[in-house]
This record gives sequence, C-alpha cells and structure tokens, in this order.
Amino acid sequence: MNTHTPGEASMTRTVLVTGVSGHIGARLASALAADPEIDRVIGVDTAPPPSPAGGDGAVPGRIEFVRVALRGPDLVDVIGDADVDTVVHLSLVSGPAGGRGDGSGGGRPAMKEHNVIGTMRLLAACQRSATVRRVVVRSTTAVYGSSPHAPAVFTEDTEPVEVSHHGFARDATEVESYVRGFARRRPDVTTTTLRFATLMGPGVDSPLTRYFSQPVLPTVLGFDPRLQFVHEDDVVEVLCRTARADHPGVFNVAGDGVLLLSQCVRRTGRPVIPLPSPAFRLVSGLARGARLVDFSPEQLSLLSHGRAVDTTRLAAELGWRPKYSTAAAFDDFLRSRGGPGDLPRAVVDWLADLVRPIS
Amino acid sequence: MDDFRDRRASGSTADERLAELFAFLRRRVTGEYEVDEFGFDPELNDKVLLEALRPLYRHWFRVEALGAHNVPAGSGALIVANHSGTLPVDALMLQVAVHDELGRPLRLLGAHLVYRLPVLGHLARKSGHTLACPEDADRLLRKGEVVGVFPEGFKGIGKPFSERYRLQRFGRGGFVASAIRAGVPIVPCAIVGAEEIYPKIGDIPALARLLGLPYLPITPLFPWLGPLGLLPLPSKWMIEFDEPVRTDEYAPEEADDPMLVFDLTDHVRETIQRQLDVLRLRRGPAFPPIVL
Repeated sequence: MNTHTPGEASMTRTVLVTGVSGHIGARLASALAADPEIDRVIGVDTAPPPSPAGGDGAVPGRIEFVRVALRGPDLVDVIGDADVDTVVHLSLVSGPAGGRGDGSGGGRPAMKEHNVIGTMRLLAACQRSATVRRVVVRSTTAVYGSSPHAPAVFTEDTEPVEVSHHGFARDATEVESYVRGFARRRPDVTTTTLRFATLMGPGVDSPLTRYFSQPVLPTVLGFDPRLQFVHEDDVVEVLCRTARADHPGVFNVAGDGVLLLSQCVRRTGRPVIPLPSPAFRLVSGLARGARLVDFSPEQLSLLSHGRAVDTTRLAAELGWRPKYSTAAAFDDFLRSRGGPGDLPRAVVDWLADLVRPIS
Repeated sequence: MDDFRDRRASGSTADERLAELFAFLRRRVTGEYEVDEFGFDPELNDKVLLEALRPLYRHWFRVEALGAHNVPAGSGALIVANHSGTLPVDALMLQVAVHDELGRPLRLLGAHLVYRLPVLGHLARKSGHTLACPEDADRLLRKGEVVGVFPEGFKGIGKPFSERYRLQRFGRGGFVASAIRAGVPIVPCAIVGAEEIYPKIGDIPALARLLGLPYLPITPLFPWLGPLGLLPLPSKWMIEFDEPVRTDEYAPEEADDPMLVFDLTDHVRETIQRQLDVLRLRRGPAFPPIVL
C-alpha cells in the first residue's frame, strides 16, 4: 500500500490511540483494527466512546478501551503492560467548553492541564518504554497564528510572526516543543507531528462547523480571510499511514486550494451580516457567553486574517494527496447539514427569466 | 486583454452577453469560483476591478505602454519600477498595462500598511497582490508569475514634488535575491506621469504620525478642496519596460552573496534612472498647454 514503507515498518503490532472517544479517534481506531497487520488496538480516553455496541472495555471489533486520564499516573502501566509499539496522540482539546464530555469541563485551566500536562505525561511514559518505536502527534496549523504581517502561505519551516498567546494554538505550540524534546532524547523513536488545517466533514463538531451552522453568519466588515479545510476521511487516512510506517518530521495537512470566507458563506446560501470589528467582537462575546457559538480570540483572528499552508512536504513523503480539496471538504460538510440554501441562485435565475423576454 | 475588446468588437449578440452576465452572477452568488492560495480572484479582477480602472488608464492618463516584448511570455519575471504619486495609482496602472499588453496578471508585492487596513488589504489580495516578504516573492516567482516591486517604497511614493523623477534609495535589495533564487530575469520599468497626479508640496508629519501613516500630503488641491482634492490631475503617462537583466547565470546560493546583490541592485537602479530621464523628455509636458 505504501511505497515508502521501510522494512521495519511491518513490526507494527500494538497501537495505542489517545482521545479514542472523539470522532476522529474512534474512526482511526476502527480503521486500524480492521488492518490484519495490526494485532491490538488500545484506545484510551477519559470517557468511554459513544459506541452503539455498548459495553465498557469492549468496543466494536478488536479495540480495547482503557479509561484513563492522560494527566494521571496510570498510563505508564498501560503502555508497559501491553508492549505498545506505536502511540497515536489525538487527545487535544480545542475549546475550554469541554463539549464532548471528556472531563475537561473545568474551563481553560483544565483544558491546558489536559493538553499540555497530558502530553508531557504521555511522552514521559513513551520515553521510559522499551517497546515504543513510533509516536504520532496531532497538532494544528493554528500554531502559525493569523496575521496580516505573515507570509501568505506557511511552510513547515516558517517561524510564526507573532507567537500565539491564545488557548488552543498556544497549547499546541507547547505540545510541539515537548515532542521536539522527546525526539531529541529518544532519537531511536520515530516521531511525526501532523499540523492539521481546520477539520471539515459530516461528523466534525468544531467552533468553525458550529459557526457555519448558524442561521445568519456574522462576518468582520472589510475582511475576507482565506480558509483551508481538511476532510475527516483524509485526516483518518493520514493518521493511518503515519501510524503504520515511519514518516519522521513535521507535516502540514490540508486540502488543496483555499476558500475565502465570502465564498464559504455564499456556498451556504445563508444571509450574512458584516459587522465592524468591534461590534463583531461584542456579538461573538455574547454568543460565547450564551454558549451558542464558541469564539475564542484565535477564531476571531482566523476570521479576520485567515491562514493557508503549503502541503508539498506531506505529499512528497507519503506519495499521496488528500482526496478532498478544501472546497470539496466544505461542500461535503454542507451536504451533510442539509445542503446549501438555494435562495440566492433562485433569485438570479428569476432575474434571468425576467430579463430574457425583454431583450 | 482580448477578453475585454473582443466583447465590444466581435458581434456577440445582446442575448449572449446577457446570458454570460447571468452565468457570471450565478457563479458569484453561489461562491463557485476559484481563488488561488494568495487569495487572487482572477474572475473578479478581470471582469470588475480592471474594468473599473480602464477608463482612468485610457482616457484620463492616456497611458502608453512600451517595450512589452521585454517581459518574457509564459515564464516568471520580476518587474522593478519607480514609485511616485503620493497615492499608489502607479501600481494600479502598471497592473492594467501588464494585463492588457501581456495578457497576464501582475502580482505586486505591497507594503505592510496595505495589509493592515480593512477592505484595502483584502481587495489587494483579490487582485493578485501580496505582502512584500521573501517567502511570498519566492513562491510567486517559482510558480512562474509576473511579480512587480517598487523597491523605493514610501521613500519614493511620498517624496516631495521638487524631487520628482529622482530615484530614491532601493531598500536592501531583497528583490534581487529573490530573482536570483528563482533564476528569473529582472525587467526594469520606468513610469512617467505619476509624479504629477498629486504634486506633494507639503506634509503634516504630526497628524500623519497620529493616524499611523507614513505621511499626510498637502497638494495644490488637497486638503483645500476636501474630497475633490483626491481627484488626480490628468497628466500624460508613459510606462516602459526595458531589456531584462538576466539572473539565471548565477547559482541560487549566490543570492546570499551581498556584494553580488548590491551590484545588481545598483545596476537596475541606474538603468531605471537613465530610462526615466529619456522617457520624460520623450513624453514632453505633463499637461496640455491649455491646462497649465
């Protein structure tokens, strides 16, 4: 399947997936469980996966679920007892609201604790382990920030112009620095850091998908940011490939192309209210207070300045490109939410019909 | 260029043009159009933005573009031009010239100030321009685009009227390094006419600093006439592209050789100054005698 696979890659036997109760975690775990070359898939999370098959500890197929907090001391035992050789670390919480009930509902301090301390604990356990040979960590392109003074397209080597001071991006930056430290101390372990663009797809629930699901979309007057999405199928595929074979390094993962916010909004067919920046901040602050839409400061700056990344490094390493472009990923998301509204198109068609007989 | 003229000249019927218009509107309202990774929207640029600039280009400034054959067709090139006129109208006219003479979009590298401003920053991106930084310059040149720079920056565009057609210092020569890295030719370009559109005879530095602007000009019409003072004077313009300076004989690593970069920068600067002097004579008076 993979032309780059070095000989030792076939040693993969036992994979540990953190954050397995999340949407992507669950999909990845079942994809890995379906792979005959992998003997065991162990999923850990703070809450059991919302699985229809029921039973705690025995989730669909051959996935073994262990309920453990990353920031607690039990993880070492799990890794040691099971002779885990590959760790896929997905358990990053992007918002303090703790929407998916993973016990991080304690606001920003708990979120930071979970993301940063959890990763440190996990890496500490990996460093101790004699069996772990491969670590894949999920990160985000938010580490580059969003700024009018940054290059238009970020490569993996671009230093962010302004280091992010906000929630998730800051956590991800810290997580990445711990991963670099780990890679230095254990050069024999292959570490892969994947910086994902904004996830899009039928099953994704994120601040941005919630934003696009609103009946009326506020935008920042005078700003039309470039956005980039990656489809959940492609996310799972990239995680599978990096979990099954050695692909050391840091990689951007995003669908080809960009969409401007104005294009996204037009594709939804929903009405827009452009608000001057201070009013936008006020409205999103209210929405946030009312738990309608979660707008962190980094979401606000993304919706003002946007961000695009270069993905040639990943394509060269994997010999593969995401199946969904940014636009295709967004359209697939829209279809799953009942499809785009047709009013604007209908208005244009009506006008066209109206004018045709005259001319 | 032909898209625009053809539509007028060829006898496409009113019906066809109407159908085309509605197809365009339908694409726009449903978001079904392509934008490149820099945010360049070719359809909006060709059909709306450039169309709006053309009356200014043809009838107000009566721009003559010369030497378009000096810009290589179909491959990357770096156009280096003088900057003048208080407001960057010269950038817009150069954009029309490159589009209409070469049929290619001009990708300008603009000042940070532009991208900090709402509306303007995003409009600049939609018409194909981006921030002046080495990463973006390299990326555009590697893609084989025609990239334009004004190395004088604010020193050039904001200079007093008394210093017109005198080239200012050329920054650090970052544009030369980018051209060497990409192995694309540098096309020196002289723009004559922009100096006279808003003759800057004074400056209000205190107010400019307060507003965060590099300068706040006083012209014969501004601020005395209010918004009417923003009307550019109808000077006669000429834009000339000179013979390209080759950079493909250097290895990409030589972009890190400051001596080579400075030498090339000086060479390009002298070429443009010489070109300006000749072209200015050739143009004659900026305004018809009846105006002045």
